Amino acid sequence: MTPNPAQARHGIHRRHLLQIGGVGLAAAALPFNLFAQDKVKLTIWSWLPDMQAQIDMFVQANPGIEVQLVNAGQGGAEYAALRAGLQAGAGLPDVVQMEFQLLESFRQIKALADIGATANTYRAEFADSTWAQISDGDAVYAMPQDSGPLAMLFRKDILDKHGITPPTSWDEFAVAARALHAADPQVYITNGTFNDGGWTTGLLWQAGWKPFTRDGDTLTIRINDDVAKRFSEFWQPLIAEGVVEAKPAFTTEWYTALDSGRYATWITAGWGPKFLTSFAKTSVGQWRASDLPQWAGTDFIAGNWGGSTLAVMATSAHPAEAALLATFLAVDPAATELYTTKQFLFPTRKALLESTTWANQPFEFYGGQPVNQVYAKAAAAVPAFEWSPFQDFVFQSMTDEFGIWANGTGTMMEAFDRVQAAVVQFATDQGFTVA
Amino acid sequence: MILSPPTPLRRKRSTARRAAPYLFLLPFFALFGVFIVAPLGYALKLSLFRETLVGGTTFVGADNYIRTLGDARLWEGVRNLGLFGAVQIPLMLGLALTFAIVLDRGRMPQKNLFRIGSFLPYAVPSVIAAVVWGYLYGPVFGPFTQAADALGLPAPNFLAPGTMLFSIANIVTWEFVGYNMVIYYAALKAISGDLDEAAKIDGATSWQFARTIQLPLLWPTILITILFAINGTLQLFNEPLLMRALASNTISSSYTPNMYAFSLATSGQQTGYAAAVSFVLGGVIAGISVLFIWVASRRQKVPL
Repeated sequence: MTPNPAQARHGIHRRHLLQIGGVGLAAAALPFNLFAQDKVKLTIWSWLPDMQAQIDMFVQANPGIEVQLVNAGQGGAEYAALRAGLQAGAGLPDVVQMEFQLLESFRQIKALADIGATANTYRAEFADSTWAQISDGDAVYAMPQDSGPLAMLFRKDILDKHGITPPTSWDEFAVAARALHAADPQVYITNGTFNDGGWTTGLLWQAGWKPFTRDGDTLTIRINDDVAKRFSEFWQPLIAEGVVEAKPAFTTEWYTALDSGRYATWITAGWGPKFLTSFAKTSVGQWRASDLPQWAGTDFIAGNWGGSTLAVMATSAHPAEAALLATFLAVDPAATELYTTKQFLFPTRKALLESTTWANQPFEFYGGQPVNQVYAKAAAAVPAFEWSPFQDFVFQSMTDEFGIWANGTGTMMEAFDRVQAAVVQFATDQGFTVA
Repeated sequence: MILSPPTPLRRKRSTARRAAPYLFLLPFFALFGVFIVAPLGYALKLSLFRETLVGGTTFVGADNYIRTLGDARLWEGVRNLGLFGAVQIPLMLGLALTFAIVLDRGRMPQKNLFRIGSFLPYAVPSVIAAVVWGYLYGPVFGPFTQAADALGLPAPNFLAPGTMLFSIANIVTWEFVGYNMVIYYAALKAISGDLDEAAKIDGATSWQFARTIQLPLLWPTILITILFAINGTLQLFNEPLLMRALASNTISSSYTPNMYAFSLATSGQQTGYAAAVSFVLGGVIAGISVLFIWVASRRQKVPL
């Protein structure tokens, strides 16, 4: 369910397509060559469109390794297949695309190999908060592929029409929400996809939410803490007054609503700007990007929604080669640059995040604004975050409980309480000591 | 009369003859064993264990089954579907029966077109059906809402908690009326023409013929379709799962018992408990079916 950069698969522009041969030259400069006699065969699961381009670059640089690319489904579908394979002990890939929030869950069932020996060399290429999510001391469980720092896309035409400036704080956001809906009852400042665990977590992350702290088999669970309370006190009245909607995202209705001007903003991740261009037809040129509104009394902080890693399965028969593949796909300069021009992923490598060519690229869809600048600023302001060792259950519980609330039953805080209760029960059932 | 063959030959032949039925049955039992019995046995085994992230797998005996008894999410799903079936099954089968009788009585121009037309939804994969209906049900931009807006009427919300079951019932009815109609129509065709003739000679109207001759003769077929429908209803999975993509606020991960078992096994990683939930659901279905057959067989003695 978690939206992902791969959803940006529609309408990807090809004008930046690099010639594989040219890229291969650059790739060959990397120390990845193996001179094995028999070709090692690796399987990689990824749902990223056109991933074959990067795979070809790896194969060209490593002629001793054959790589088969398999799309085993996106997000949840892939994890279900992975879990089934783990149960059966067969049919598993060597390298697998996995969203950040699931790493801890698959580590818990010892499904991921420690690739620290290969990966730690590249530690300096990534931001500390990014590296923290894929490692545990010197052990490394995956390589970051892309991320989703949060910012706000807004309809300049709609806000201008009602004399509203893009809110920079959540207080201003609430004022703008009421003013806008009062001025035009057909328009809402935004649609909050609260039943999407990834989206809601991204916003709570910004607010300082720390739902899980782990110490061995002891798990501290604070889902309905003071941060959740402040978050609820902010959104509950806006939803109750009907000035913000809380409908599910990624439905035909939602696509139409975003394009038709029902919502003046979309709070979204770094992969969002490109994804929006894939379905918005009538609002072209009206959108702009600005920073995520801020809570009072803090430094500039953003959250994160989505983004993937490449992990090596512990069951792989060729762990060293698999680690090479995962690392290459995450750090090779040409391969990673291609993500930003072909698949339009939001980069995780510092070299790309700091690249002016990438950051200053103007987008016609956004009135010529270089929106990557906004998102690069957000990427630098994402604090560290700890996920639970059973994150798919947590997201499912959030979907169930926030859905009930979004349909008008009870308060948001009660939904937080129910998620807390369900997760505590689950953790206890799963043998954790809950603190 | 054929002369008896010599004894040894007869013995050989009769051995082969005795083996023949088993050989013919073998493919069925092989497939039945591999695809039904073995998975059931495996699931039964799973249901006796509990797998935990910390501590691994332990034998828990009937614990998983005992836990289902107090599981509000499971029974809420069963209740949802009980409500669903009570409305949807009579509606669907009533429509199917009416269509079949109208077709059979020949009171219809473009008979074949109608027959194919009403069967066609059954041929549409439920994934496609849910996408089409999802568009029609759209609460803001769907055609019903647009029409209501144009007429200045309040727009219906097909995806709200109070209406969702009916919206799904509508899809399922649309999908399966034709299927049941074809079954009834075939059964009606099997009723001897002599009866029709005799009834006409006796001066029976079409309505009288349908009510006193066709319906009683159709009763065993109706019974079977009701059983199929009960079975299908309690196992409802595809349609609500697909509607969940459109209305995740309304349809929870435990909206139907099968969806619950699915989410337990996947995101919940509780395969043992998921297996127990599946067996309990199977037990509920078997129980309701047996109860229904018992009631119906008493009912059958009373003339319709």
